[in-house]
Amino acid sequence: MEKKADIAMNLEWCKSCEICVKFCPQKVYEMGKFYPKIIAPEACTGCKICENLCPDFVITITPLKEKKKLETA
Amino acid sequence: MDYLNYLRKDKMPHIWCDGCGHGIVLKSILRTVDKLGWDKNEIALISGIGCSSRTPGYVDFNTLHTTHGRALSFATGIKISKPKMHTIVVSGDGDATAIGGNHFIHAARRNMDINLIIFNNNIYGMTGGQCSPTTPTGKFASTSQFGNPDSPFDISRLAEAAGASFVARSTAYHFAKTDKYIEMAFRKKGFCVVEVLSPCPTAYGRRNKSTGKVGHEMLKDQKENSVPIERARKMKPEELKDKYITGVFIDRDVPDYFEHYNEVKKRAKLK
Repeated sequence: MEKKADIAMNLEWCKSCEICVKFCPQKVYEMGKFYPKIIAPEACTGCKICENLCPDFVITITPLKEKKKLETA
Repeated sequence: MDYLNYLRKDKMPHIWCDGCGHGIVLKSILRTVDKLGWDKNEIALISGIGCSSRTPGYVDFNTLHTTHGRALSFATGIKISKPKMHTIVVSGDGDATAIGGNHFIHAARRNMDINLIIFNNNIYGMTGGQCSPTTPTGKFASTSQFGNPDSPFDISRLAEAAGASFVARSTAYHFAKTDKYIEMAFRKKGFCVVEVLSPCPTAYGRRNKSTGKVGHEMLKDQKENSVPIERARKMKPEELKDKYITGVFIDRDVPDYFEHYNEVKKRAKLK
């Protein structure tokens, strides 16, 4: 499957609340021992639900369409 | 958008507990500010005391962390001396309706041009989970271990009755709705209140298992038990028990404080 979005995580600020794991509609994340980990990056559609619901400013989603626009601009 | 443009990175990570909804609401505020393209130097963010009132510490605007419940009085002063400043007050449920209850209703009565965003988590989270004026009847807190005997305040209805221009309620889970209401409030003149229900797993959820114990369970509870106000009007009061009514409570065009005040200024100069 083609990758549609880049996921960046700043785990230094993460408090392991598991909101991203529970609310991702595509099951991109799984809970590791302490922090969530990305298990299916290609499944991400770039809907940004995890980014908007992350209370700790950890996750940044960049849909690749937007990224291309930014690079060409 | 990049949230880091608006944050004081040396103050992060913030002190809010894991699963707390305050971070989600702060993100909504930052997204809206970014969307409207406001200059950071033209925004004043004011708060009182409480969990929600830690917000000004983390954002890179003109910020003021004031005494308990008096954030609206400080905001009034800022707005009168600098009318062009976008004045935003963030407040908790206890800060706005208990300690600052009088300031809240009188700011609404005067219709000062202030945007008030209330992070309502139904409890005093910072001091150890005492019951607040918005803790629902029968729910548990550290000061009401056998259930809270008091009736709760409905903050949105209170603001509406006190004379605010715009009143809306959303939940932390419904971030798109929160964005929309905060934008409507920021664009409007007069006293605008946006009440956002925010989960407090540490002090509220842990004691009240009906809403879920941890952050994601409480967000799921908000997702399942929210009722839009249009539908809530047709429902019976028994059906609305333990439901969260969300939506725009009032959106009216009434003259704000400055319209009256400028007239007074004109009359004073004529004499």
